[in-house]
Amino acid sequence: MRDTAIVAFAQSDQERRVEDRSEVELLSPVIQDVYEQTGMTAADFGFTCSGSTDYLAGQAFSFVLTLDSVGPWPPISESHVEMDGAWAMYEAWIKIQTGAIDSALIYAYGKSSPGDLRAVMSRQMDPYYVAPLWADSVALAALQAQSVLDAGIETERDWAEIAARNRNDASSNPRAQLRGSPDVDTLMDDDFVVRPLRRHACPPITDGAAAIVLAADDKARELSDRPAWIRGLDHRIDAQSLGVRDLTVSPSTEKAAAKAGVGDKPVDFAELHTPFAHQEGIVRRAMGLADEVRLNPSGGALAANAMMTAGLIRLGEAATRLTNGDGDRAVAHATSGACLQQNLVCVLEAE
Amino acid sequence: MGAAGELAAVVGIGQTNHMATRGDVSMAGLVREAAQRALADAQMSWDDIDAVVVGKAPDFFEGVMMPELYLADALGAVGKPLLRVHTAGSVGGSTAIVASSLIQSGVHERVLTVAFEKQSESEAMWALSLPIPFQAPLVAGAGGYFAPHIRAYMRRADAPDHIGILVALKDRLNACKNPYAHLHEPETTFDSVKDSMMLWDPIRYSETCPSSDGACAMVISNADTAKAFDNPAWVLGTAMRSEPTMFSGRDQVLPQGGRDCAADVYAQAGITNPREDIDVVEMYVPFSWYEPMWLENLGFAGEGEGWKLTDAGVTQMDGDLPVNPSGGVLSTNPIGASGMLRFAEAAMQVRGMAGEHQIDGAKTALGHAYGGGAQFFSMWVVSSDQPAS
Repeated sequence: MRDTAIVAFAQSDQERRVEDRSEVELLSPVIQDVYEQTGMTAADFGFTCSGSTDYLAGQAFSFVLTLDSVGPWPPISESHVEMDGAWAMYEAWIKIQTGAIDSALIYAYGKSSPGDLRAVMSRQMDPYYVAPLWADSVALAALQAQSVLDAGIETERDWAEIAARNRNDASSNPRAQLRGSPDVDTLMDDDFVVRPLRRHACPPITDGAAAIVLAADDKARELSDRPAWIRGLDHRIDAQSLGVRDLTVSPSTEKAAAKAGVGDKPVDFAELHTPFAHQEGIVRRAMGLADEVRLNPSGGALAANAMMTAGLIRLGEAATRLTNGDGDRAVAHATSGACLQQNLVCVLEAE
Repeated sequence: MGAAGELAAVVGIGQTNHMATRGDVSMAGLVREAAQRALADAQMSWDDIDAVVVGKAPDFFEGVMMPELYLADALGAVGKPLLRVHTAGSVGGSTAIVASSLIQSGVHERVLTVAFEKQSESEAMWALSLPIPFQAPLVAGAGGYFAPHIRAYMRRADAPDHIGILVALKDRLNACKNPYAHLHEPETTFDSVKDSMMLWDPIRYSETCPSSDGACAMVISNADTAKAFDNPAWVLGTAMRSEPTMFSGRDQVLPQGGRDCAADVYAQAGITNPREDIDVVEMYVPFSWYEPMWLENLGFAGEGEGWKLTDAGVTQMDGDLPVNPSGGVLSTNPIGASGMLRFAEAAMQVRGMAGEHQIDGAKTALGHAYGGGAQFFSMWVVSSDQPAS
């Protein structure tokens, strides 16, 4: 594997609703931020790759227009995934592994607020057998949460503790949407959104954007005094059909974590893309992370969950923390689909 | 030069029987039809595949958000990496390029790539008519967007009116030699095209792509796996380029992105004179006039000269630069798959597996796709000869 590192990261303020700016306007300052961090502009990157989805924008080919935010003139080598930006980073990392390029710009954005997000996400399900039932994203997560309760793995109070910890940690993250939390006893009085998920156990609806720069070998050392090196990167998918899955476990995370080498050495902290409180434990157990590993020092997806973006932010938050010297080895994770269907795991190290 | 990294080769190709409505299959059934044919061609089973790369155009066409999540099981991807590419109309080509890069990176050995569109689930023309406030109304459908660019080309190149008709006639008759093509219209004549309804002047009904249901799949492998095959299509080069949407400096008739993309892929493939070095082209021509326009953009003819090649019959199956012997996008257009069909047909030609529309002795072929407002490009060059690694 060619040594490749995350050398720059930027994100917008993660907000409940961005009505005064288009997607291009939301992205532009973020792109400019990584341009300034690296001293590079559109033409300097060997490859550019983005992640987003038309279903949030309500428009076919929505990413075509948002490409304008990078200023792609003269024309650039560029691709797009209809996935979270974490997978755009995977595509760029693959391109670097071929030896064709030394650097890549990756960005993602999601305005989750314009539509009824729960209903929009329900359109991901099997169009013949499940989507017509309009089971929405919170209802599907609640099925998973109930499975965890039924299996006696965790309690509702555990989830309140997870939610409080994530949001209290977000207090030190100026970009996060939900910063700080009432205490656990207060949270336990929250109403249910869909039983057994109370309000605090669900992620906020978030509009936001993020960008990352990858660089290889000497280019990475040139751009960063302490690059966050990608030591392992893998992603896997499970079947969608809930009827063939044990929702209390995540085989795709387990396999990706094994391939990425999570267990090879101790982990200082992990950024897990687990929008619902009960999902944090599922992913932590699938990765085999020790109890003392700090989870989501940024506040995680419970504090800000811009669709198609929150996964890429996990990678960026983990890398930034390593670059700043707050640890030597970290795990970042991204998820996609209902009930943690698809998962990406990245092991990062700084030296 | 040469493509970077490990060698990649196409060892399996499959496509569906394309038609306006494949009411006999679900979306899963459609993609499996192509994927199983590709696996059968590669003499592989689902278990032999390391990773799956799916491409398609807008999810609104089928009304399923990120349908690869639902299709993971049908495509044998459970427990494997699955990527979903979307780069507008060029997506089928881009998807094949991403799949190739998974091999070239050394990360995987055998990758299945599938692109599809089931356009009968919705009305693609209106899905392509972007609403306010995203941009100004541009007349109905992609034809309304591209007709002014075609008129600009005709004026700049001083091209006679009948060139578009010649392209449509050629591609529709070529399609009669392709059993998978959507349109089989052997009765097509110059006059029948000429007399067909004018939709977006100068684009007539018979000079326009159909709306199709269909899928295309390929198995792409590394050299070790490909060595076991008699006729792999070796990937000599791949390239993608994108341009901004809102930029007055763009030339939408002869886009810089297309020129740069062609120069990049030719350099990788060691092609110095494309007219001489390339035996057959599968080019993305959704409206007839795009053949002469892309002939220029791809360096097969000088600026303003492309239509002369078409007029002289150079791009006919028996010409010295056959373009779209499969019948092309003008005869089959499941949008998300159309680019991959170009890439796959190019590979079929150099593998000698194109049947009745085979170009004798084809050794080097170009697959081309474009999308957006002629601003996204993807291309590959494939060859019957294994390059030095």
